Amino acid sequence: MRDVGFGYHGGAELLSNMTLTLQPGMFHFLTGPSGSGKTTLLRLCYADLLPTSGQMVAFGDDLRELSRDGIADLRRRVGVVHQDTQFLDHLPVAENVALPLSVSGQPVDMEALRDLLGWVGLTHHARAMPPSLSGGERQRAALARAVILSPDLMLADEPTGNLDWDMSVRLMQLLIELNKSGKTVLVATHDLNLIRATKAQVAARVLRIGNGTLNLAGADL
Amino acid sequence: MRADFRGLNLKALWQGLMRDGGSGDRIVPPTGFTAHLTLFSAGAMAFLAVFALALALATGRLADRWASELAGSVTVRVSAPSGEQDAATRAAMQVLSTTPGAGQPRLLPPDEVAGLLAPWFGPDMPVDALPVPSLIDLPIASEDFDAEGLRLRLQAEAPAATLDDHTEWRRPLVTAANRLRMLGIVSLLLIAAASASMITLAAKAALAANGQVIRVLRLIGARDITIATAFVRRFTKRAAVGATVGTLCGMAGIAMLPGMDAAGGFLTGLGFQGWGWLLPLLIPVVAAAVGFFATRWAALKMLGAVR
Repeated sequence: MRDVGFGYHGGAELLSNMTLTLQPGMFHFLTGPSGSGKTTLLRLCYADLLPTSGQMVAFGDDLRELSRDGIADLRRRVGVVHQDTQFLDHLPVAENVALPLSVSGQPVDMEALRDLLGWVGLTHHARAMPPSLSGGERQRAALARAVILSPDLMLADEPTGNLDWDMSVRLMQLLIELNKSGKTVLVATHDLNLIRATKAQVAARVLRIGNGTLNLAGADL
Repeated sequence: MRADFRGLNLKALWQGLMRDGGSGDRIVPPTGFTAHLTLFSAGAMAFLAVFALALALATGRLADRWASELAGSVTVRVSAPSGEQDAATRAAMQVLSTTPGAGQPRLLPPDEVAGLLAPWFGPDMPVDALPVPSLIDLPIASEDFDAEGLRLRLQAEAPAATLDDHTEWRRPLVTAANRLRMLGIVSLLLIAAASASMITLAAKAALAANGQVIRVLRLIGARDITIATAFVRRFTKRAAVGATVGTLCGMAGIAMLPGMDAAGGFLTGLGFQGWGWLLPLLIPVVAAAVGFFATRWAALKMLGAVR
């Protein structure tokens, strides 16, 4: 993103003149107080919002220039774990996880799907319906769905917001594993303890957002 | 991109109609209310369409028959005092046989005249005792035939003869039959438009009720056409199934109408004849096409509002 500005409904700019390049294969944290624009910045990354000024480029494409099909293609390369994990409640967990394959016309490899559910610890919940899952299980199911297309970039918006510490650490461990397999990861969180715990295991770049601007965090993080 | 547009080709449409479920369909939750609404609407409209089609075909046949009879022959009636009847008839025959554009005149024999009068007087009436006029049937052989010219010649050369070219009483009937045929066709178009409107409304209701599903699908990388196809396939299938049931019921209703002989008179020929029975079978196909395009239009329009 280069000199990106954004304001909702033509109002005052929430983000202004932001410039950021995500390093391929790097683990990034985006932190800042509530309402500082973390979620907005992530939504700009998968073209759910368009900047009011500046330029967003992903995989060589200017996001402003993308057609609707182009946006769909971008989202197949960007895995997202949303703050409010959204599932199709009429489909069981396994089908929800495999949904990106279904909608992109790719065959579902049942063995790979079982492995993926095992990786996030949901093997026994494959046939469960999403409303019956706990918060942590939903987040892990969302992570499995986000990685099933083997995206180049992983975005997670407050993935541990509703989880206890143990479950938060477990989820972060999965994201660290993804990063170690070569994926670029960007996690938005306001939990500084979680950032510190993660940095103890993986080299991470911490970006601090506030007052509409973006800065690299200091040595305290 | 092309893979998603498979929904547009006829093979995929046929498979979509015939196949039940599939992962593509499962992304949309079952929608009981709109499903029943679409089935019922398609069935009712198809039922009405069968009758409108029958009306259009029957009135078309009636108009064609009357028009051809109108142009096919004329009748000359010779009515003279009893002693002069034969001479007047010969004079009329002489005029008619030399009329340009006319075929060979034929004097109707007494038994044929009696047959024409039987509906009014009954079979036992002694027609011979009545002063029945002579009737001459004159076929029209070409466009050179001039009815008005013949009428003037008859007045001059055979004043007891009167020309009846059927025009006065048949032309309004032909006009009425043609207008009824047009009304039938307009009814069919209105039924198709009303069906499209109802299916569009039902599809929009289903799309609105599944706003969250659509949002999730877009976020995980589904293209518009993929999402639209799931709804399109479902509504096309419902329209086709409902219309098939409605059409079969309508055809059964037409088949149970009284036969031509039993109905008689003006109603003869109402219904389907011969290959005409195949035409209503197109109604489910048209209904499926209407469902396909109406849902596709509604879905793509609504999806445009979801980023």
